[in-house]
Amino acid sequence: MGYALNFNLIWRHFDKLWSGLLLSLELAVISIAIGIVIGLVLAVWYVSAGRVVRTIIAAYVEFIRNVPLILLVYLVFYGLPTVVDIAYSAPTSFVVTLSLYSGAYLVEVFRSGLEAVPRGQLDAGKAIGLTPWQRLLNVRLPTMLRITLPALSNTFISLFKDTSVASVISVPELTYGAQWINFNTFRIVEVYLVVTAMYLLTGYILLFALRLVERRFRAAR
Amino acid sequence: MSTGSNDTPALLDIRDVSKAFGTVQVLRSVSLQVTRGEVVTVIGPSGSGKTTLLRCVNFLESYDSGSIRIDGKEVGFREAGARQRRSERDLAAMRAETGMVFQSFNLFPHLTAAGNIMLGLTKVRGKSSAEARTIAEHWLGRVGLAHKADSLPAELSGGQQQRVGIARAVAMGPKILLLDEITSALDPELVGEVLEVVRSLAEDGMTMVMVTHEMAFARDASSRIVFMADGGVSAAGPPAEILAADTDNERLRTFLARFRASHF
Repeated sequence: MGYALNFNLIWRHFDKLWSGLLLSLELAVISIAIGIVIGLVLAVWYVSAGRVVRTIIAAYVEFIRNVPLILLVYLVFYGLPTVVDIAYSAPTSFVVTLSLYSGAYLVEVFRSGLEAVPRGQLDAGKAIGLTPWQRLLNVRLPTMLRITLPALSNTFISLFKDTSVASVISVPELTYGAQWINFNTFRIVEVYLVVTAMYLLTGYILLFALRLVERRFRAAR
Repeated sequence: MSTGSNDTPALLDIRDVSKAFGTVQVLRSVSLQVTRGEVVTVIGPSGSGKTTLLRCVNFLESYDSGSIRIDGKEVGFREAGARQRRSERDLAAMRAETGMVFQSFNLFPHLTAAGNIMLGLTKVRGKSSAEARTIAEHWLGRVGLAHKADSLPAELSGGQQQRVGIARAVAMGPKILLLDEITSALDPELVGEVLEVVRSLAEDGMTMVMVTHEMAFARDASSRIVFMADGGVSAAGPPAEILAADTDNERLRTFLARFRASHF
């Protein structure tokens, strides 16, 4: 009994946590950027495609959404290189996984956003003589982005938290940094208190910043 | 000019157009010719096919048979050989020759009033954005909204939005303007400002086909009124003739009587 909190050892290794946090953010940013591309392309394809393509896209979405992320991480990092001849570092492998993961969620977000664009706006685009591509780029996507922006920020924040899963394949992100300090100092309570605070704080800062962006866009509706 | 069409070649030539939505026949062999500078108003009970007819003219809706020509060119289908829909690129080019104003305005919400007008000018007409801006400002001035060029649609009243909608359509320099119940979604006190704009365009000689429930305006502004019922043209002629209370056309008489009853 009588566990005395001592943060000194945590501060001494704080660089591990700080670099871990930066890596977590980096992983999240790269993954959502790729995920947005995957999501956009597949969503646009989905709404204009026939049944076969729709079924394939839906299968991808269903698969990703119904398999735990940690399992996907193992599959891509350990499984894939044994089947096909590729080699990649743990961080790269994780970015691939998280991109596919966020892409699947964003297909759904963007698809419903595209379908929520009022038909009248598309008619107006046709009526002034815009081609289908011009209508997509100048009418449908801008409105869709406004509609989906809140969902997009929520996805990004949960993706940031999901980067903690990368610790299972030794990617030195924030949670991995915490584990390292724990193993080397046995200050389990202190280190996880600090790391929790770091996740929370970063999450709130991101949320605040993204809500500001959303408000700017909402003014433009 | 007021009655029509046989000697001068028609700018808009609709012949025997029929269309069904599933089992519902919405247009039954509709024919209508509109000459340059004419203002034709289409009236009729809801479900009579007025709006569908208008949407066929710029091929927002396809039709099953018949032909629609603007300036001699078939709108939605290729001229030669079997009946085949034009490519999307050709359709876009054809649609740029007609302007349309919608009941629900349908402005692009992310663009300013000027931006709404400029989009077609830059993307379709290939104008520089400076040129497009000048044209947009000119037309915004025409509809009395020069001071709202940089306002977003959400910051405008319904009447103002609809005037931007009209400016967006006419700025493209269309051969013909289609007006689809453009005052139906407006509060009564905003109807006047929009109709005033339409009236001034008519005075400039703009060819127009409009669907409206504003009978007084139809009477004053149209060269011809077409009464549609059950997907067909039931009567057509000069306003005084069509809107006469003692018309021989039974359905038209019923429509007008019901209309008068519901409007006062």
